[in-house]
Amino acid sequence: MTLELTPEETRVPVVEAPRPVRNLAIGTGSCAVLCLLLGLGAGDSGRSSLRLNSPGDYVSIPLITVPTTLTAIVLAVLVAAVTAYLVARRPAGRVRALCTWFAVVAVILAFLLWAASGDPNAQLDAVGLLQATIFLAVPIVLGAMAGTVSERSGIVNVAIEGQMLGAAFLAALVGTVAHSLVAGTIAGVVAGVLVGALLGTFAIRYQVNQVVLGVVINLLVLGLTTYLYSRLLQQDSAGLNQPGTVQPLTIPVLSRIPIIGPVLFEANLLVYLAVVVVVVLNLMLFRSRWGLRTRAVGEHPRAADTLGINVTRLRFRNSLLAGGIAGLAGAYVSIGSVGGFGINMTAGRGFIALAAVIFGRWTPLGAMGAAILFAFTSALNTALSFIGTPLSIPSQILGSLPYLVTLLVVAGVVGRSQSPAADGVPYSGR
Amino acid sequence: MSTSTTPAAAPEVAEPPVKSSTPAAPAGSSVWREILTGLLAVVLALVVAAVIICLADPAVRAAAAYFFASPGDLFAAAWHAVGPAYGWLFRGSIVDPATFSSGSATEILGSISETLVYAGPVTLAGLSVAIAFRSGLFNIGGQGQVVIGAATAGFVGFTLDLPWPIQVPLVLLAGMIGGAVWGGIAGGLKARTGAHEVITTIMLNYIGVNVLALLLSVRWFQAPPFTDAISRTVNPGTKYPRLFGSSLRANIGILVVVALCVVVWYILERTTLGFRLRAIGINPAAARTAGMSVGGGAVWAMVLAGALCGAAGAAQIMGPSDQVVGGIDNGVGFDGITVALLGRGKPAGVLAAGLLFGALRAGGQRMASQTGTPVDLVSVVQALTVLFIAAPALIRTVFRMRAEGSSLGQTAAKGW
Repeated sequence: MTLELTPEETRVPVVEAPRPVRNLAIGTGSCAVLCLLLGLGAGDSGRSSLRLNSPGDYVSIPLITVPTTLTAIVLAVLVAAVTAYLVARRPAGRVRALCTWFAVVAVILAFLLWAASGDPNAQLDAVGLLQATIFLAVPIVLGAMAGTVSERSGIVNVAIEGQMLGAAFLAALVGTVAHSLVAGTIAGVVAGVLVGALLGTFAIRYQVNQVVLGVVINLLVLGLTTYLYSRLLQQDSAGLNQPGTVQPLTIPVLSRIPIIGPVLFEANLLVYLAVVVVVVLNLMLFRSRWGLRTRAVGEHPRAADTLGINVTRLRFRNSLLAGGIAGLAGAYVSIGSVGGFGINMTAGRGFIALAAVIFGRWTPLGAMGAAILFAFTSALNTALSFIGTPLSIPSQILGSLPYLVTLLVVAGVVGRSQSPAADGVPYSGR
Repeated sequence: MSTSTTPAAAPEVAEPPVKSSTPAAPAGSSVWREILTGLLAVVLALVVAAVIICLADPAVRAAAAYFFASPGDLFAAAWHAVGPAYGWLFRGSIVDPATFSSGSATEILGSISETLVYAGPVTLAGLSVAIAFRSGLFNIGGQGQVVIGAATAGFVGFTLDLPWPIQVPLVLLAGMIGGAVWGGIAGGLKARTGAHEVITTIMLNYIGVNVLALLLSVRWFQAPPFTDAISRTVNPGTKYPRLFGSSLRANIGILVVVALCVVVWYILERTTLGFRLRAIGINPAAARTAGMSVGGGAVWAMVLAGALCGAAGAAQIMGPSDQVVGGIDNGVGFDGITVALLGRGKPAGVLAAGLLFGALRAGGQRMASQTGTPVDLVSVVQALTVLFIAAPALIRTVFRMRAEGSSLGQTAAKGW
């Protein structure tokens, strides 16, 4: 017996049967219950204050203070109404997604209200929270874009983590040696492309199982960067590992708009670049010839081949493109935020990005939403450690919150998501 | 060197992916072939790693600068960089010739003992990944399962104080149950909601690590002064008895590992459950048509996989470590993936691969302490070995071997 998993040639054509709404309804229903519980369990002060302004805004918004329990109960009722609507009407597509997101946001709000209700003087700094979210979201969003590009054309990309880590390393190294953060960023992209080329070569030329390949490439890059770090960078930190950090670029007028300004228009260039990547990718994937071909190759390579598309070449190129985007994410991790390389500094964010791709159903915007949700729960973790919550939650539980949320969302809301039909299936052209 | 089979077969064309399972060639020759391929992959990986050593070595780079003036210097420098490192890699894992003169068995067996210590847990984690893989699942959650297994085993280890013949099985069982529960969560989610196990197991890794961190901060688990994140010390009966006397760390855990290899082989090849799991792994649609519960299979596979990783976690507590600490998994969960791939998902292969990885780890530690070459080089060798093994066409091209059937990973078409 050799170890083989056969091609899923027998994949049953998806007949769009009315998708079962039960799991989703259970999910949103528990969201409603959770809102209610959080409202009832509100702390002593019974009020929650939310600070929305920051210094330098054009308009200063007064502190918003609401009664915790009442607001949470209103939220619970709204979510319950949405659940009832889901069960009664069984909506599909956009409406369904909207209902899901509504329930998720309501729970987050209820949780924030609850957390801020303990200490009467506690103010939840909404702007700081959102800034931290953006800061944490960028590498995950970019990683998720890398995953989307390659998986849409049929290459499962578990190697995002490796591409990011390799890029973080090379960006820091070249950025220091060349005294140029631009050169560092470019080097990061190049490193990502190289790892992408490795993935592409072994997946396409040697037809290695792509999940296996991704795991092994991650291990390889981790070992290699750690080795070179201890051998070179650590020995001569000043000369090899002090690239500096990309400075924030404040956009003159926009940055002074309340809330949006400090969150969106005081970031560094890589953040703006990430936004551009998402928008362009979403347009290209669904509106351009390249996008159509990419999706065709990912769904039915043989049909695409018959129509004259070079499946192998397109897949390889997309693999390189994905590597480049992940490389940008890696550059952000080292020179875009920390200003240096550290051992295993991507710390599993490539895997989170992979989860975001699946959660976002292989669309750029969906994946971005998922990535931001994850980043938000991570940011919450830090924000909550500043204000005393009514019940003191151990930091370890807060630390697992992002992962727990992802787990629940993937299990409860996403469930059996439909991947591109030929994702991970090698194509021989014969 | 390419012909001698049918002249019609064009030698250079990569053969089309074999869709159905390959009709087996005579078993004996194919086993030898696999071993040969494996060894060649290790050699190739070591060669590439040597190049990396040289690139990172200041003396070699200095010599390379005046290569054309004096090429000999480059080779001398390269030899000086690679030779001692690989020498200690061997001496730390197999045997150190310098110990022969002492004539004491303890000293001669020292390196083998360390190899066995590292090989045990990693083999168990490899078995875990292998059993999931054969059932069509990808268990990346080894880390979480190992951590939880170590925590439950540790808890029983410092709570009970019985003589070892009773305590050892109880601790092992506790670890296996802990791991099985953690793996079972991923299996259950897969069966109930279809959530992909790659995502859920990764998330469970992080959650598991956090759960352990939480345990290490609560009174009934943490060691008395309650300042360090470290558990209470396990009672002496928890430890596996030593294999070669008390001064060497090798213990009977390795025999347990061999026994579990046999058990896994028996489950997979000789029981109805194993047949079901393999059928689901090969073609879930066909298995469902034949009346098998694909969801139930996923739960069983992940419970078994989790139990094996839990045993690996328990082995850490029963062997090298007396207390549960944050990094108790020691990277075993992820190494298990590579071990399973190298062992081609078969228990005997996994055992061999586990021994190889144990040797590399043990030798790597010695290499790091003696020559200052970072132990992470070993990860590079391991990753490259699996990469080369997974692409037999590459090995064949490099070593000009004749083409034969497909193997691990190749054409294994499994997407999400």
